[in-house]
Amino acid sequence: MLAIFLIPAALCYTFGLMLGDRRQGWAIFAAMGILFVLMASVVISAEQAGTPLLASAGLDQTASPLQAGGNMEGKETRFGIVNSALFATVTTAASCGAVNAMHDSLTPIGGLVPMWLMQLGEVVFGGVGSGLYGMLVYAIIAVFVAGLMIGRTPEYLGKKIEILEMKMSALILLVTPMLVLLGTAVAVLLSAGVAGIANPGAHGYSEILYAFSSAANNNGSAFAGLSANTPFYNTMLAVAMWLGRFAIIIPVLAIAGSLAAKKRIAAHAGTLPTHGPLFVTLLIGAVVLVGALTFVPALALGPVVEHITAQQVDTEHVTAQQVDTRQVAAPAPSTAQ
Amino acid sequence: MQPSSASSSLGSRFILRALVQSLLKLSPRVQWRNPVMFVVYIGSLLTSVLLLLPQAEQSAMPIGFTWAITLWLWFTLLFANFSEALAEGRSQAQAASLKNARKNISAKKLASASRHAALTLVDSLSLRRGDLVLVEAGDSIPSDGEVIEGIAAVNEAAITGESAPVIREAGGDFSAVTGGTQVLSDWIIMRVSANAGETFLDRMIAMVEGAKRQKTPNEMALTILLVALTLIFLLVTASLLPFSIFSVQAAGAGAPVSILVLVALLVCLIPTTIAGLLSAIGVAGMNRMMQANVIATSGRAVEAAGDVDVLLLDKTGTITLGNRQASAFFAAEGVDLATLADVAQLSSLADETPEGRSIVVFAKNEYGLRERSMKKLGAVFVPFSAQTRMSGIDIGERKIRKGAASAIRAWVESQGGAFSAQMAASIDDIARRGSTPLVVADDAKVMGVIELKDIVKGGIKERFAALREMGIKTIMITGDNRLTAAAIAAEAGVDDYLAEATPEAKLALIRQYQAQGRLVAMTGDGSNDAPALAQADVAVAMNTGTQAAKEASNMVDLDSNPTKLIEIVEIGKQMLMTRGALTTFSIANDIAKFFAIIPAAFVSTYPQLGVLNVMQLSSPNAAILSAVIFNALVIVVLIPLALDGVTYRAMGAAALLRRNLLVYGLGGIIAPFVGIKLIDMFLQLLGLV
Repeated sequence: MLAIFLIPAALCYTFGLMLGDRRQGWAIFAAMGILFVLMASVVISAEQAGTPLLASAGLDQTASPLQAGGNMEGKETRFGIVNSALFATVTTAASCGAVNAMHDSLTPIGGLVPMWLMQLGEVVFGGVGSGLYGMLVYAIIAVFVAGLMIGRTPEYLGKKIEILEMKMSALILLVTPMLVLLGTAVAVLLSAGVAGIANPGAHGYSEILYAFSSAANNNGSAFAGLSANTPFYNTMLAVAMWLGRFAIIIPVLAIAGSLAAKKRIAAHAGTLPTHGPLFVTLLIGAVVLVGALTFVPALALGPVVEHITAQQVDTEHVTAQQVDTRQVAAPAPSTAQ
Repeated sequence: MQPSSASSSLGSRFILRALVQSLLKLSPRVQWRNPVMFVVYIGSLLTSVLLLLPQAEQSAMPIGFTWAITLWLWFTLLFANFSEALAEGRSQAQAASLKNARKNISAKKLASASRHAALTLVDSLSLRRGDLVLVEAGDSIPSDGEVIEGIAAVNEAAITGESAPVIREAGGDFSAVTGGTQVLSDWIIMRVSANAGETFLDRMIAMVEGAKRQKTPNEMALTILLVALTLIFLLVTASLLPFSIFSVQAAGAGAPVSILVLVALLVCLIPTTIAGLLSAIGVAGMNRMMQANVIATSGRAVEAAGDVDVLLLDKTGTITLGNRQASAFFAAEGVDLATLADVAQLSSLADETPEGRSIVVFAKNEYGLRERSMKKLGAVFVPFSAQTRMSGIDIGERKIRKGAASAIRAWVESQGGAFSAQMAASIDDIARRGSTPLVVADDAKVMGVIELKDIVKGGIKERFAALREMGIKTIMITGDNRLTAAAIAAEAGVDDYLAEATPEAKLALIRQYQAQGRLVAMTGDGSNDAPALAQADVAVAMNTGTQAAKEASNMVDLDSNPTKLIEIVEIGKQMLMTRGALTTFSIANDIAKFFAIIPAAFVSTYPQLGVLNVMQLSSPNAAILSAVIFNALVIVVLIPLALDGVTYRAMGAAALLRRNLLVYGLGGIIAPFVGIKLIDMFLQLLGLV
């Protein structure tokens, strides 16, 4: 897990070093770090809490000297809850994709977080290089709005953010929602898409959403339940995978070229500092707000519905057979891991 | 520029006109210019078509609900149009008063530059650049131009709103006249400097009317961001239809989400608040400039003003009161103060410069010397010239002179006189204090020194401190020597100074700062300022200044108040801040709207989603309608903020950001929760849902 994060995290420091202002690198690192810790704790606590579905099936999920407790479905006992949940977060925060537990069997909230981390465009450390530039695009957006709020033409790292930068950033912002939402929309409408679903109901929809989120940003692995090795999914996911990379790289290069050609402005009291806690908060806010606003409706129909359903199982004491539509059997083999 | 424009904006006729305008602006050609509102436009058309379809074609929605949503979508558009019309209306009122000044008049065109040359009466519109025109008392000045002969009192109230007449005379910095103003006394011969339709007044009217208002670069960058958000939300809502169809199949309950609800969701999510008010904010920014009696030649200039980080300020008139005043006499050895005062007064009797007058006044107040008549003394005035750098009087053979130390020294020494070390020391002393030493000599004898003191304007130091806080560097420009300049710079609290400034030195200084990537603003009035004004990013010419200075500038201050530059920067910043604040508010609003609409739209498929209805809205339809109504009303509520701008306080960037994030970010998250709930309760109260 450390190796997965090593290079992308170190690149933040390199970034600061190259700028001749390490604080800039640390600010980016802090924003990524805070997002990661928050997300990892959500997954860990969701998994440790277990699921009412298993409880209603008569399984004991409490932690005790004899067992780790929590949702152990699809997890190896040698890894337990924390290592599995942490790995799931790390692998989707960074552009890795290797797994040590079955993501399809995570609790709804535990599954939502990895999915959302990918949908953000993999900016929480992310891929080697791609995580950093993804985050820098969010920084440009954050600085643009913040710059306006203090009454100045926005600037980042001494370079003015103008029309070209905004055009390219806008294109980049559009890529992930377009691939993920449109891809999922096509898949749920066509019989070829629906055919791959292993679990009926909201979870089946989550599987497709996860597949497209992963293809466009991560390594293209599906929630294990989805039978993705079909001509339909192979084609759709390949297109998503291709555009999810190059449709972002090209505008990023355009921004880089344009910024490099600009005069560097000396910082002074009127300049918005981009290294303090305020900027880190702002950056996290931009990532979360754009990410949330874009994917909340889609997530609401998948994992959120699953989660509320499961909670209501608990409160209403409905028997497991009536509600549990998910296969509590052994996890299906992963398709693309 | 009638100051009443602000209050007239509240007039009922004014609002009525804006209402009519907002209906006219529903034309697709107008709507197309604002991409975000155009999406609302298409959405409104779509739901209107739904209304026309037979009942069976529609979804299960009650017809009243469809009507209500459709009406409120149209209201959203109308409210946005209304804000723009209101801002434009203010401008048009100002333009109307300017147009009155532009009425066609007949001009007395001269064949040559002489009062007695052949004279033809022509229409002012036929005047061309270079034509010579005689303007006499009572006549209106037919076009912009330069006085080449004569002197006259001119009423420039039509342009400046200032009723006190100003003097315009040939030569010097007060030779420019503006078309539409009126000569009150005497006569002038002017050379026309602008063709009809290109005069200052014409440009002002075009600006004020904003007919060809172009989007500023920053406004365009913001529009791109808003369009990107709109496209994202378009994707979000469009993909919800297939998601919903699938979910209905999967859950086996409810009906797919209707087009009506999707349109409502889309309109609520896209940043309509900022997009609807964006145009009004731009027009209002220009209006505020005009209320400050500044005419900007483009919106771009107003925006650049907000970005300025170096201010070049002329010492005289901006930092110090216009004129230096005599504040002390220092006699040379062997001369008593009373004698010095007597000679100093004699030397200044005919000197009409403010400094000269102040010496006479000082001699009278401090030494009881009454003013004497030049005629009775048989004295001849020797005016100041650039060669001698002295002025004074000759009484018979006796020559009394006053001037700069170096000039008097040369003059005295050429006559065999001596310039004592004690004199030189007191001259240095005075200069170090930031005052100007003026040496008085009676023939070959140095009598003493007059200290002319610069009076730093009250409160200016605090303003510079505020500017520093905003990250703006102030630089004082003066023709004084370094010593004098340093002392005044320290007293006034500017960051830096340019002493012994020549037009070339000013130009070089501006280029030097621009090379560092800074934006420079300056004011100027003389023709020698023109190159520097043309180079500066924000150049404000004084209305009293020469035509060359005005042409080189991108703003003209009608009050000719150099301190105005500080206000201009604040107005520019305020415009950008208003945009930023409303963008943040608009995006932050979406969170509450999600909580209102998502559960409402899908609760029939997944009843579990009802727990997301945290506002406890009475019914799904009420929730959607309340969100749409809130979305429309918030535009109306924010119109005053868009027109007047967010309050601006001089503080550091981080502090300002923290404050605005709290008010517009956090406020933007909370306000819609409260607003939507209140609208829902109100709808329930009326029994509409």
